[in-house]
Amino acid sequence: MSEETEISVFDILIKIDDNTWEVPIGYKAGMHVPGRIFVSGHLLGILEKETIDQVANVAMLPGIQKYSMAMPDAHLGYGFSIGGVAAFDKENGIISPGGVGFDINCGVRLIRTNLLENDVRPKLSQLLDDLFEAIPTGVGSKSRLRVSDAELDDIFINGVQWAVDKGYGVKEDLDHCESGGKIPGADPSKVSAKARKRGRPQLGTLGSGNHFLEVQYVDEIYDEELASVFGLHKGQVTFMIHCGSRGAGHQICTDHLQVLTQASRKYNIALPDKQLACAPAQSPEAQDYFKAMLCAANYAWVNRHVIMHWTREVFEKTFAEEFGDLGMHLVYDVAHNIAKLEEHTVDGKKTEVYVHRKGATRAFSPGHPDLPDDYRVTGQPVIIPGSMGTASYVLCGTKESMEISFGSACHGAGRVMSRKSAKSELHGEQVREELSLKGIQVRASQPSLIAEEAPEVYKSSSEVVDVVHDLGIAKKVAKLLPMGVIKG
Amino acid sequence: MDKRYEYLEHTADARFRAYGESLEEAFENAAYAMFNVMIDTSTVSAETSYEIELTSEDIEGLLFNWLSEILFVFEVESLAFAKFAVDRLEQDKDNFRLVARALGEEIDLSRHRFGTEVKAATYNDMRIERTPEGWMIQATVDT
Repeated sequence: MSEETEISVFDILIKIDDNTWEVPIGYKAGMHVPGRIFVSGHLLGILEKETIDQVANVAMLPGIQKYSMAMPDAHLGYGFSIGGVAAFDKENGIISPGGVGFDINCGVRLIRTNLLENDVRPKLSQLLDDLFEAIPTGVGSKSRLRVSDAELDDIFINGVQWAVDKGYGVKEDLDHCESGGKIPGADPSKVSAKARKRGRPQLGTLGSGNHFLEVQYVDEIYDEELASVFGLHKGQVTFMIHCGSRGAGHQICTDHLQVLTQASRKYNIALPDKQLACAPAQSPEAQDYFKAMLCAANYAWVNRHVIMHWTREVFEKTFAEEFGDLGMHLVYDVAHNIAKLEEHTVDGKKTEVYVHRKGATRAFSPGHPDLPDDYRVTGQPVIIPGSMGTASYVLCGTKESMEISFGSACHGAGRVMSRKSAKSELHGEQVREELSLKGIQVRASQPSLIAEEAPEVYKSSSEVVDVVHDLGIAKKVAKLLPMGVIKG
Repeated sequence: MDKRYEYLEHTADARFRAYGESLEEAFENAAYAMFNVMIDTSTVSAETSYEIELTSEDIEGLLFNWLSEILFVFEVESLAFAKFAVDRLEQDKDNFRLVARALGEEIDLSRHRFGTEVKAATYNDMRIERTPEGWMIQATVDT
């Protein structure tokens, strides 16, 4: 980052408090509401000016409520910034694929075990090899699971329920998935033949890029009471899955982006960036996208669910016990690229809004009716993956998140270095060696991927998490450290 | 053209500029730029040819469709590409139209060197411009 950029970022923004910075309404002509960027002063110093422009662009879209927001892990995206959150009025607002992204319902799932770090270390190498073998990873990988067109419809409509009916996982898993692993209203007739073709062979595949599987252990507990409800305790081994809707979701977004680009013209919506193509929320174009997007969201939950199932099988083989006896329960599964119709309080009135979270996690408060019974007292688990080799965190939603950020928090560490620079400055084998010295084993389809995803290319996950904790929009519960990572 | 394409700095995604003496050539080089994010095209041989025909209301839409179609064919046909040939790029009264071939072979994980998956083409900061040397295309793809 040049010094010029740093100065201009601080020149643009108005400091509200230590972790809240406002993009004033006049920063760009046509902003309906101010922007709010939730970052510490230090994180703001590494924020690109273009990210602020993207926050301002979103503030220009019709029917936006309160603020156009960005979480502390914000960085340059397309359309919305990554880390962008915005809510639009159900009647007078819009729906935009640019506020969801191509990887619809990219998200994270955390599974706990009753194994301890020392139980797993001696078998870690074999465990990782077997997981790498069992779960297809990398560019162009195909699943050993093939589904028919009729089954694909069932998956689009019924999400994780389909998987449980088929014998993948157990009924209890449904409760510990955001939206029960299935958002109603998905309509497979809005999904193109192309998206179906990409979706059929890819269920249970990890993909590539920042997606990963990780064997971790609980390094620190911040809140014993909350942690015990989530079934977490110090020294315990956990497993994390980070991936999304694969080709099905990418194609659904691509297809509908074309339609919505034309719809923006039809409805005379001035777009500051073509990637913000949108349509009035209740228009047929926006609703068609929304119903197709829900198909991809449900598909993504099944994808992570099938991967969890195969993970349980590998653990069963390695430790010669049933997964139930190994205590391999799903802690929770969160989406971090999604748009949802939710009820929120705006200006003291309960109102329905389309909340877009692009690289942001839902963080509902204790008592929220959408939470399962056992988590209603704690608030929703918020799972924040770290980058390769750094800590991940479990937090939980708070009352403040409902007031400040439409029930949302950050989603990860956030990149600071491009893949291009990472590949020229870092070497995959060297990064692998450094991680190995820290006790972290890596499996990857290509060494260059290890360089592209090295710890140095991300912001510090702990710094990002501290901002949401200090703001009060999510509360720290536990810190997880990696032991073994699988990269696609 | 000395340089067919180059990658620009972008924190999260891959942004590139592709050049060509003709618009057809710039479209070809944009496809090389995108595809080389995923796979080293020099490790692929051009054994089979896949025909692609597309239309769009505007030139940006045509580029978006072109890059999206290559990703689609790559994934569903399991084809890795070595070469892109845009045979015709024309404009009639309603539409822009492209007729092209993508040449490659079936994906072979033992021989082909893969990089990062490109999830999709985007319209973000897309530019298609005439230059003194011909044409310049700037595009960002989601990785």
